[in-house]
Amino acid sequence: MNYRNSLYTNQTDTPLRRRHSSKWRAAIALLAATGLTLASSHANPPTSEVNTTGLAVTDTEVTVGQLHSATGTMAISETGSIQAEQLAIEQINAAGGVLGRQIKVIQEDGASDWPTFAEKAKKLLVNDKVAAVMGCWTSASRKAVLPVFEKENGMLYYPTFYEGLEQSKNVIYTGQEATQQIIAGLDWIAKEKDAKTFYLIGSDYIWPRTSNKIARKHIENVLGGKVVGEEYYALGHTQFGSLINKIKLKKPDVVYAIVVGGSNVSFYKQLKAAGVTAEKQTVLTISVTEDEVLGIGGENLVGFYSAMKYFQSLENPNNEAFVKAFKEKYGEDSVIGDVTQAAYLGPWLWKMAVEKAGSFDVDKVAEASPGIEFDQAPEGYVKIHPNHHLWSKLRIGQWQEDGQAKVLYESELIEPDPFPEGYQ
Amino acid sequence: MFKTLFKNRGEWIAFLATIILLAVILPLVMPIFRLNLIGKYLTYGFVAVGLVLLWGRCGVLSLGQGVFFGLGGYCMAMFLKLEASDPESTAIQSTPGIPDFMDWNQLTELPAFWVPFKSFPFTVLAVIAVPTLVAFVIGWALFQRRVGGVYFAIITQAIALILSLGIDGNQGWTGGRNGITDLRTLLGWDIRSESAQYILYFVNLILLFGCVLVSKYVTNTRIGRVLVAIRDREDRVRFSGYNVAVMRAVTFAIAAMFAGIGGAMFVLQVGFMSPSLIGIVPSIEMVIFCAVGGRLSVIGAVFGAIIVNLGKTTFSEASPELWLYLMGGTFIAVVMFFPKGLAGLMEKLFSLKAVKAGFASLGSKMKGLVSKSDAKAEEETSSTTPLETPTTNSGK
Repeated sequence: MNYRNSLYTNQTDTPLRRRHSSKWRAAIALLAATGLTLASSHANPPTSEVNTTGLAVTDTEVTVGQLHSATGTMAISETGSIQAEQLAIEQINAAGGVLGRQIKVIQEDGASDWPTFAEKAKKLLVNDKVAAVMGCWTSASRKAVLPVFEKENGMLYYPTFYEGLEQSKNVIYTGQEATQQIIAGLDWIAKEKDAKTFYLIGSDYIWPRTSNKIARKHIENVLGGKVVGEEYYALGHTQFGSLINKIKLKKPDVVYAIVVGGSNVSFYKQLKAAGVTAEKQTVLTISVTEDEVLGIGGENLVGFYSAMKYFQSLENPNNEAFVKAFKEKYGEDSVIGDVTQAAYLGPWLWKMAVEKAGSFDVDKVAEASPGIEFDQAPEGYVKIHPNHHLWSKLRIGQWQEDGQAKVLYESELIEPDPFPEGYQ
Repeated sequence: MFKTLFKNRGEWIAFLATIILLAVILPLVMPIFRLNLIGKYLTYGFVAVGLVLLWGRCGVLSLGQGVFFGLGGYCMAMFLKLEASDPESTAIQSTPGIPDFMDWNQLTELPAFWVPFKSFPFTVLAVIAVPTLVAFVIGWALFQRRVGGVYFAIITQAIALILSLGIDGNQGWTGGRNGITDLRTLLGWDIRSESAQYILYFVNLILLFGCVLVSKYVTNTRIGRVLVAIRDREDRVRFSGYNVAVMRAVTFAIAAMFAGIGGAMFVLQVGFMSPSLIGIVPSIEMVIFCAVGGRLSVIGAVFGAIIVNLGKTTFSEASPELWLYLMGGTFIAVVMFFPKGLAGLMEKLFSLKAVKAGFASLGSKMKGLVSKSDAKAEEETSSTTPLETPTTNSGK
């Protein structure tokens, strides 16, 4: 393949040269050119070797897909992921690409609509033959595309922290599964605040419900505490008055909040309006990152805690370089949340797996993925577990007036356990 | 029979051309991936065809057709999910043999209302009967109390919201927001394979044209004329001794039945069902398909569904950031320049061509047709936009 290509380019090249110079010089030029291509093709393994399954890989280029919601209600959350993935791909290309091939991106819009996600996933895999897809954000969109990835044998890098209970050969989960985000955070708050009573609240869908289920088991069975209330509100719910009254009445040591999207903004604003501030009430959440703070307003969150694996304010050289590059590309005002950072890992982990496997073939990439270590990650060292999730740390951040978090606690590396025994 | 179905040669030709396009040309020129997408769009065509009958003919605007699309779809999805959840393939769950989402929600046995969906004949019956009965009961209750026009539209919208919230809120029973996913086989037949997708495309097409013929039949018989009369002067029809409420409820039920079949075919071709297909936005979108196609023409409605969705797919592939604006612009243009939708545009085009070619007699015939329908459209826009109830000056 490569050889034929180089001949072809030289043939079109020589007649032009001949016009200006002798046959000899043309011959030398041809030889030199062939030599050069041969030499460079030594550095880049031939396409026939690294792509045996008909993916969109050429001698110079490899195509990957990007599938997030650029429009619709989820666009505000997913834009950060789109940006981070593009930044990572740009950096990888600048550093020479993957197996010597530049990454070309085909971006598709899932439009916050799950059937559309399935349609676009299929388009990327069947039509465009992309080697990997960076994408999805909500669990619902992942559930919609998962059968497509398994049937068409694609590779998905999924960035969001999520409820677990899933594991697929065709997905690398670069965010935390539920236990990684919940258990260490509860341990910390129980110790730090001597908390015994917890009030669990969430938006009504699978992630908050599963997370609260794990939290409840941990609180009751391990911490010996008590859950004094557990409530769910429809997505988009904005009236939290009665809930806030109940919180005031029951005075739990900790309010454990997993409210998402637009509800988040109302919830924290109404808490503040009702005088429930950090001095009077400890609030720990696993659904507020820097991105959400932008919408809620730092002043409405001052003193509340978030449990995440990444905060923009992390102090380490990797993160400082990442934040700097991100702001250079997307503006000084842009913020980076937990998921954005996890999305940034996707292209890098894929590049490392491809290079370890020496192939773009999905089966080989999936097989090579476990054990891959990435110590340039902004969150610090991560490693892919055989269950395709990442080993990662948990951090507790306390929100400040300016919308940034002060990191108070950092756990050891936590093993991902998407099917936690004793928590189901 | 033939004369009842097709009032003139133009209608017959349009019908035939549509069949040739969808059943012969598209399967020949399109790769299966694209054809499968067309199949998905055509499932919305069922809803649009029903809306032509309900809104275009009977003057009842429903903004909740997603409900019936969803009911049909969920019935089919429940059957497929049970088939996919046999004890072997769900062995890692704490309760094998029930759908995975029930296991995640700590259910330990199948809820009673799921059990009948183990039977395929029952499921097929439910796909048709559940939307039809629900629509009839809602329609009968509302029309009996003479709730109509804008109030009916609002109530249907509320029902769409209630159902989608209900599904969201009972995730142990329904799969919640994620919906019912990962459907693989129908009676052991892999519905994700290419051959299955071809077969399902044609089954879908046959059912759709069945619905088109039914609605043409209803339109062109006496019932159809009574429906138009109800649309234009409801109380005169009532004075003539017709039970307006029942006629409307039946039309609503027929439209719902079409939508339910569409929903079931959607599930078979796409492989999952979720509440995002039921709520307010998709329900309104379905009205848009109908409006773009032309709400008086069933064939127009089918094309409306295809063209709007094809536009969505094409625009969003070409420009993931800007496609919504392009779509919005297209809708505004259609409403401003072709108030009768694509069907109206086609009529005009054909009449022009005929005149130019010099077929004088044919030309005048078609002209007559156009001016007649124009007059109808004028009358409609001037006196009864479907959101108004034309009851005030009926005593004249």
